[in-house]
Formats: sequence, C-alpha cells, structure tokens
Amino acid sequence: MSQTILEMRDITKTFPGVRALSNVNLNVQAGEIHAIVGENGAGKSTLMKVLSGVYPFGTYEGDIHYEGKECRFHGIHDSERLGIVIIHQELALVPLLSIAENLFLGNEQARFGIIDWNKARRRAAELLKKVGLREDPDTLITNIGTGKQQLVEIAKALAKDVKLLILDEPTASLSEKDSHALLDLLLEFKRQGMTSILISHKLNEVKKVADRVTVIRDGQTIETMTRDEVSEDRIITSMVGRTMEDRYPSRTPNIGETIFEVKNWTVHHPLHPERQVIKGINLRVRKGEVVGIAGLMGAGRTEFAMSVFGRTYGTNISGEVWLHGKQADTSTVGKAVASGLAYATEDRKVYGLNLIDHIKHNVTIANLPGVSSRVGVVDDMAELKVANEYRRKTNIRSSSVYQITGNLSGGNQQKVVLSKWLFANPDVLILDEPTRGIDVGAKYEIYTIINKLAEEGNGILVISSEMPELLGICDRIYVLSEGRIVGEMAGHEANQEKIMRAIVRGEERAAS
Amino acid sequence: MSTETAGTGTNAAKASARDAMKENLRQYGLVLALIAIMAFFGVMTNGILFLPVNLTNVVLQNSYIVVMALGMLLVIVAGHIDLSVGSVAGFVGAVAAVLMVDFGLNPLLAAICCIAVGGVIGGAQGYFIAYMKIPSFIVTLAGMLVFKGLLLWLLGGRSVGPFPTEFQMLSAGFIPDVIGRWTIIEPQLNASGNPIPNTGLMLHSTTLLIGVLIVAAMLYFALQSRRSRESHGYEAEPFALFVVKNFVIAAIVMFLMYKFASYKGLPNVLIVMGILIALFVFITKRMTFGRRIFAMGGNEKAAKLSGIQTERLTFFVFVIMGMLAALAGLIYAARLNQATPKAGAGMELDVIAAVFVGGASAMGGVGEVAGAVIGAFIMGVMNNGMGIMGINIDWQQVIKGLVLLGAVAFDLYNKKKA
Repeated sequence: MSQTILEMRDITKTFPGVRALSNVNLNVQAGEIHAIVGENGAGKSTLMKVLSGVYPFGTYEGDIHYEGKECRFHGIHDSERLGIVIIHQELALVPLLSIAENLFLGNEQARFGIIDWNKARRRAAELLKKVGLREDPDTLITNIGTGKQQLVEIAKALAKDVKLLILDEPTASLSEKDSHALLDLLLEFKRQGMTSILISHKLNEVKKVADRVTVIRDGQTIETMTRDEVSEDRIITSMVGRTMEDRYPSRTPNIGETIFEVKNWTVHHPLHPERQVIKGINLRVRKGEVVGIAGLMGAGRTEFAMSVFGRTYGTNISGEVWLHGKQADTSTVGKAVASGLAYATEDRKVYGLNLIDHIKHNVTIANLPGVSSRVGVVDDMAELKVANEYRRKTNIRSSSVYQITGNLSGGNQQKVVLSKWLFANPDVLILDEPTRGIDVGAKYEIYTIINKLAEEGNGILVISSEMPELLGICDRIYVLSEGRIVGEMAGHEANQEKIMRAIVRGEERAAS
Repeated sequence: MSTETAGTGTNAAKASARDAMKENLRQYGLVLALIAIMAFFGVMTNGILFLPVNLTNVVLQNSYIVVMALGMLLVIVAGHIDLSVGSVAGFVGAVAAVLMVDFGLNPLLAAICCIAVGGVIGGAQGYFIAYMKIPSFIVTLAGMLVFKGLLLWLLGGRSVGPFPTEFQMLSAGFIPDVIGRWTIIEPQLNASGNPIPNTGLMLHSTTLLIGVLIVAAMLYFALQSRRSRESHGYEAEPFALFVVKNFVIAAIVMFLMYKFASYKGLPNVLIVMGILIALFVFITKRMTFGRRIFAMGGNEKAAKLSGIQTERLTFFVFVIMGMLAALAGLIYAARLNQATPKAGAGMELDVIAAVFVGGASAMGGVGEVAGAVIGAFIMGVMNNGMGIMGINIDWQQVIKGLVLLGAVAFDLYNKKKA
C-alpha cells in the first residue's frame, strides 16, 4: 500500500572500545509514525545521529537509502536539505531570542543578509498556527514553558520543509497534558502525509500513536512489529530479553541496622519553583547494604541525590535526612560530608574532577584537612602516601599519581572520583551512574570496589539506568518514576520486567 | 590518548619523579628566558643594565608590580580578573598622603589604615563577584572607574607630598649595614680628602651575609625535602641534576647580592617583596587555602560538590588582592614621595601581563607565584633596558605587547604538542 521512504541497512557504529550499533536495520514507510523503543543506552539516539549526519558518512558502516536514493550525509545540513529533521532530547533553542528569531535561526528570512522581519513574523505566525501554539512570535523563548518550547522546535522543523520528522524522547520533560497535545499533533501531521520517527521508552505513548514499532537492544534491532502486534508484554520482553551473564562479582551480603534514611523528601525545580520534581520520597539504606534506584531518564534520580547532598539541586526542599538514627543536617556539601555522606556524580567530567590537575590533588580535595595540619598546611608526603594508597586500592592505571586526570580513560577517571570520596571516609556513599561510559572490565572493577565497601559496613546507594547492573549488584531496589517511588523489591526477587512494569504503572497512575 | 602502563615498583617511582620534573620544566624555561633577556639587554646597553645602581633601580621600579602580581595570580587562578588594582593603588596612595601629610598621622598607623582600606575595597568588590555572581570583569571595571574618580576627588587636582622620612624609607631606604662596610679596594680621595664616587670597592657586608643565609636555607630545605622523599620510598630527581640546579640558583642569588652589596645594600622594599613572595609560594603550594583556589579555578562545579565553599573563597581572594593593591599604592607613593592624581593609571595592565607571561591560564586553575614574579621582572627588565637604549615609549609599548602575545602563544603551542 505505501512505499518505503527510508531504509537503513546494516548500520554499524563503533566508538573507541564500544560497539554502539551492530548491523541495525530500520525500514520506515512513507506516511507512518514509526516508533523506536529500547532501554537507555540501547543505541536509539546513536542511530538517529547516524541518520541525520551528526556522525558523518565514513564514520559508520552500512547504507542509508532515502526516497530510493543512497545518501551519504556529511553533516546535519545535508540531511536537512532532503527534509530529514531531528529534534533532540535537549532543546536547541536560544532562550533570550524571540520565538520568530529561533524559528529561523540559521535559516533566516533574508535577502543579501538583510533580514525581512515582516516576512519572518508572518511566516512564524503561520507555523505557530500549524502546531497549534497561540503565542506572539516576538515572545522570548525563556518566557514560555517547556511544552510550548517543544512546539516551537517542531515549528522550526516545519520551517525547514520537513518530510521526515524525528523526535528523540520529545515528552521526557513534558507534563502529561503537554505530552498528549504533542502526540495529537503528531497524529495530525500524519493525516497531512508527514512521516515521523518517534523515539521513546514510554510504552503508553508508543501504543497510542505508532503504526509500527522497532525494538533496539544492545545496539541491535530485535524486531519490528505492526500496530496490531504491539502489546506491552511483547515490547518489554523484547527490550529486556537478554541473558544475565556473569558480569558481576559475587558477594554474600551482611546487612545490619539502618544507617541512612530519607523521609518525606520533596524538591521543586530550581527554575520553575511551582514544579515538583521529587514528590515525597521515603527510603532507607542499611549497613552493608547495596541499594539501587532504578528509573528512566528524567525520573528524578539525580535530582533526588543532589538535593540530599548539600542541596546542590532544587529549591523549596523539605524532608528529613537521618544518619545513624540521628537527624542530620546535609544542607551544605560540607555538612553532608561531615555527617558521613558522599556523592559521586553522574557526570565526572563536569562535576567530579579537576581535569587539568593530577590524580594526587583530585584524590585529596574533598578531605584536605585529612592530610593537613590544623592551621591548613598540607603535608606533601602524607598526601602522596594517601594518593598512592588509593591508586593501589582502586587500581587506577596511570604512570603515577602525578598524571593529569584529563588524560585518563573513563574507567580510571571514575576510580579517581571514587578514591576522592573514599578518602572522605563516608558511611553512606551515593553513586550516580558509576559505570556510565566505561568498558566492561572497568565496570567489573567498580563493582568489586562497591562490594568491598559494603563488606566494610558502609551503606551504598546506586543510581543506574542500566537495569542489569542494578539487578547484578543490589540487595534491594527502589523504582523511581516521575519523582515518586513506585516500587521496592528485594534484589533476588527483582527482574527487568518487574521494574519496567512498576515504571509503566507509575506513569499510568500519574497520567490518570 | 591515555597512557595506561601498569605502574609497578621502581618504574612507577621513576615515572613519578619524571612527572614532578615536568611540572617544573615550564618554570625553568621562564628563568632561562629572563636570563636570556637580561643578557641581551646587558650587551645592548654596554653593561649598564648590570650596574649595581641600575639593578637596584630595576627592583625599585617593579616592586609594586610584583606585589600586585602576587594577588593577581590568585585572582586569575581562581578564574577571575581584577582591572581595578591600578586605580585602587592610586587611591590608597592618596589616602596615605592625606592621612600623613594633611592630618599628620603616624606613618605606621597610617599604613595599617591604608591596607585595611584596601582590604575593605577588595571585600566590597569580592562580595559582588562571589555572592551576587556579577562577572569580575564588570565589577572591577566599575571599581577601576570609581576609584580613579575618588582619587581625583580626594586630591582635588593637586599633588600631595612630601611624605615623612620614615615613610619614604619604604621605597627609598636600604637595610642598615649592622656589620659595617667591607672594603676590598680603598676608594681614591679627592683634593679635599673625600672619597671620589665610583672608585674603590666597598661591600655592604650585611647584604652579603643575608645572601649567604638565604642560599644556606634554600639548600637546607631542598636537601630535606629530597631526603624526606627518599625516606618515604619515592625516587627524587637525579642527584647530578639536583646539584646543578641548586648550584645555578645559588650562583644567581649570590651574584645579585654581590651587585646590591656593592651599591647601597638591599633595598627595604626588596625585603618586603621577598617575604611576600615566600609567603605566597607557601600559600599556593602548601596550604589548603591555596589548593582550594586551584581546584576552584580548575573546575568550580566539581570543587563545590567536593565541599569547597567557593563563594567565601572567591571573596577572600579579592580581599587579599585589595590589601596587596593598597600596599603597592603605598610603595609607589613612597617612591615618588608624593601622591599624584595620575598614580596607578594603567598599572593593572602591567600586573595582568606579568601573570600571563608567567604562565597562568586565562581559563583559571593554572599558574605559579614564581612564574608571575619572573613574568613581572621580564617585563621590568625590558622596560628598563629599552629605556636605557633610548627606544621611544611608542615602540616600547609595541614590543611589550608582542612579547605578551608571543609568550602566551608559545605556551599554548607547547601544551598542544605535549
């Protein structure tokens, strides 16, 4: 009935040390809404970056056929010229420019470099009408909400004469109402004959709009199903159906009394204080216990951890933190560390390390008094000893402790971050995505360190997007969705399906 | 790419010594550059540059720049800039003049007041930068205008002076020769029985003694840190290199001391500078305060999440900068023996240039006290040498600008290669 508009054949893309995509096939029919689903890190976004030319021709293997012709995109401009427009997860709008200015950014309504503002406003108004956004084109982006910003992004795509619209997790940061509006808009475009690819891991959305669904797991296409075949069960099985290999060091848990407890924790968004990001979380960690927090991106896991650790995220924070059965003041990073809490961030390059300084200085920076006299004179020899000790303990591979951390591999950088916090001597360690972007071998080493810390009687809270990881190392798992805890399960009882179900249920409850 | 050799045993120790040396390499390069520039101008000026009286002059001419460069180094390492230091120095000089000349306040008391004023000024600017999060460029640009204006207002267009003699000694004085002159060659006498200047050789023996003490202390500490490394099982740099390095440094120190001794001895201001330099080396290398400034400049977000109170730290960096600008203002006023409405104009540029020539990074997180001091003297020697050679002020500016650009470009090129 309809013809193929896009075909991607045997796409393979490797990054240093990681094979992100291997022989992925994707076939999109003209005029359909095609959903791509998969776990975080399955390779969905990478595939779309290959398609849009972000990763230019030559950096991947395989061919792309679009409208019957083979395409070799060398940049995003090449794909946009053919009408393939991608809207990324993070919106690419300039906050202090107006809607009209953003709509035509890089595509200005100009002749000889002189912008025709009347034409720009007129066209902007037309485009806004198409996406159903009732705003003055002169309104600044910063003054409209995320949902409307998403619509501006779509209008921007329309301004480029889009034929194939790709939306990468468009509803991740939208409220339920805005999400619905957006999906309705997609259906409306479909009626007008536009083709869309929707990347999502929200199954209810996929069920609502998609004609066909392709499941990607571990960089491979698992299957493509039609609308009639789609069921939550089938998608979940496809998404998580991998065997658990022996990638996790074994450990016999020796769990004691509760040492860390958070009660009724509520946090509001720092920029939009009316929005609740964390909605009354209660959780506890016991001595020697490794506890996981599962959840999808945007569920509020990092926000929760950072707000507990020195209120480094959010406003209007309320709730209680208890450590060792006493209420603890964790309102600044210093106080949080002093009460025995440590937090290793998800983004080690931005928040974890001073990349221009060497290992030694990075290891001691969170606990300088530990290598200094009372008046603040650092004992160089003591510091060197500490740095070497932790370099050995966490097995940091470097020429010496004087190696600049910016030159280390991801896994070794992560070990420096861990060393830094171990030296601060915490009782409870929050690890946010401790193995993101590092290879399997380094992951194993990180797990070994986590196990050892637990054995020594610390409480560990692990935040991870990789469910197998949580299942592999955790004694207990909390499932977080939309700022709420929607499930709690013992490690040996948990499996990916249960976690996924809890998330889906949580979303449905939030929607109703 | 990352080097991932499994560090084992002595290999690791050797590598650690090598890395530690690499850290110092830049500094050696700077010292060599300074020596080369001095040699160049020494030749071009027919040795006038190295005359004791001229070397003393170089120190006096640059003392206030060096003093401010110490604070500016902290500011720049912290990831900020301070454009107001010249105006603040000029303003504080005027305050000193009003206090001492107009009100007849005791010089020591007046000086303490002035440094406190500098601290308050730095604190005020630091408050806006650290807590109000206004970029330092803007805050200190405003400060530059404000204090330039206040300087004009305070002096009302006149120059105020002269200062009490005790105060002048800060810049014009020399340390007393408590031991007495050491006469090597008797000076020739003129008809009336007085010695003819520039004949004979009489050395300021206290200066020489201080030189010997400095060298001895330096060697003692160098040996001790070496022994401490070895006793902890870490390999130090090769002994031959250690000897050569320390011998060269000792020789340079003694050469300069000899030059000072054959004129009037050590200038007072050099003593002040020396103590400050030592203090700031100690702060940046050995104290948690300094370490935290580097961590903050390297990655402010990471520093914050490591429990460093970055706001407070920034605030204090600017307080220190203000106090040093005030001290520099005092030195400058004492040197001119009056406070003038033009005092301090453009000084901030020399100070900032010195720090960047000295290898600090405009992005923050990188810099050395020794580098900033040497940078200040590189610029100072060039000023002095070109002045003696009679190069016009216009071309002097052009050459200094190119040296600044060249130094930083060379530095970046080296870093990219590494």
